[in-house]
Amino acid sequence: MKKDLLSIDDLTTDEILLVLDTAEAMREIGQRPIKKVPTLRGKTIVNLFYEPSTRTRTSFEIAEKRLSADTLNIAVAASSVLKGETLADTAMNIEAMAPDMIVLRHASSGAGHLLSRICRSRIINAGDGMHEHPTQALLDAFTIREHKKRIEGLKVAIVGDLLHSRVLRSNVLLLTRLGAEVWVSGPPTFVPVGIERFGVRVSPRVDEAVADADVIMMLRIQQERLHGAFIPSLREYFTTFGMTRERVARAKPDVIIMHPGPMNRGVEIASDVADGPDSVILEQVANGVAVRMAVLYLLAGGAEAD
Amino acid sequence: MPVVLDADRISRSLTRIAHEIVERNRGVDDLALVGIRTRGVPLARRLAHLLRDISHHDVPTGALDITLYRDDLMRTAVGAQPQIRKTEIPFSIDDKRILLVDDVLYTGRTIRAALDALIEFGRPKVIQLVVLVDRGHRELPIKADYVGKNVPTSLAQSVQVHLTEVDGRDEVEIQEP
Repeated sequence: MKKDLLSIDDLTTDEILLVLDTAEAMREIGQRPIKKVPTLRGKTIVNLFYEPSTRTRTSFEIAEKRLSADTLNIAVAASSVLKGETLADTAMNIEAMAPDMIVLRHASSGAGHLLSRICRSRIINAGDGMHEHPTQALLDAFTIREHKKRIEGLKVAIVGDLLHSRVLRSNVLLLTRLGAEVWVSGPPTFVPVGIERFGVRVSPRVDEAVADADVIMMLRIQQERLHGAFIPSLREYFTTFGMTRERVARAKPDVIIMHPGPMNRGVEIASDVADGPDSVILEQVANGVAVRMAVLYLLAGGAEAD
Repeated sequence: MPVVLDADRISRSLTRIAHEIVERNRGVDDLALVGIRTRGVPLARRLAHLLRDISHHDVPTGALDITLYRDDLMRTAVGAQPQIRKTEIPFSIDDKRILLVDDVLYTGRTIRAALDALIEFGRPKVIQLVVLVDRGHRELPIKADYVGKNVPTSLAQSVQVHLTEVDGRDEVEIQEP
């Protein structure tokens, strides 16, 4: 493994499969009466979150605690960032206290790369702006593999706000690497220029993207990032692109419905789909802990000379 | 490479150990087998078959991966982490008589890790240790209760256990450096 996990491209295909296999073993720990192993005893992990997060931060913290690491959370709202400290200065000050890993969530794309250059600690990107969210893609792949027993050859339809989505970027890199046929769909204002160069099929019609799909992955409308007129109204968006039971019926009968959360019910996904029998949304959350334990364990070993 | 146990000797050793287990525990009530990955697992399964032949009772059998409990993890600055495999103990170990099974007993560090791991699953009544080969050179105060064969070795030698389920043949051999 490289020193840091900033992008899916930091992992070789063998390493991706190793993470998924290790996560299988890690999941068993969560089913024990004592959900803890001593593996990362004495390691200090700082969770540095510059953006609100419930799922990812909780998931990392539970994973760290199950591996016996010492963890601390820096919530930016209560830190000296409010007094004007830069990310680099904050990082160097944390670094001076010698943590072993920093888990970073930041609104700017590439924030992890900046820390990677100035920190000796290993950096795990827990979402950087519109760029990547590698552990989310890994847990999505883990969930797909669990249901379909494979990833190669599956048709995966990703629908929603493609432009602002770091989940999309990490998933496209990972799923195309493992041989899935990835389709993306969304309003033209949400389709990044040149996305087809990543090896995905683009369709402006959701019905075409989800036809005979094995997996439907919905992306959130990120109202906090919509500074401009991207869609006429949330209601119209739901009519044209929202995942309804009628649309799900076009996919394969054993399709699974995924969403990285938090969901906007009635905007990108209908409630009866989100809570329906095909939904694996809460399984994704459960698997997140095992996948993050795998990533923490594998990164805590020695880095390759690179 | 000298062969110290062939397929026949391995089979007879396990049969003898199965009888010793029944004698010492006065039957198979409350017994459970836990094999340490990798090669302790097929040995535990074979013992379960032998114990059923003797007693006509099934003995629950599990598999334990001790990697996360090793005392030599993360002590070196380079190199990849050892791969973790699944622990599967599909029964409660509380108040059970646990037979911990491994192929080779050497420094005792694997067994120390296995004891730590096992205790987190509950509180067994007793834990007894079964090994196919005891090669000496203990670094911790650990001793086996049932031994297939004591094999005196030098530190430079290595003991290779091959089992049909993993390696396609049954054989224990000593490799010279």
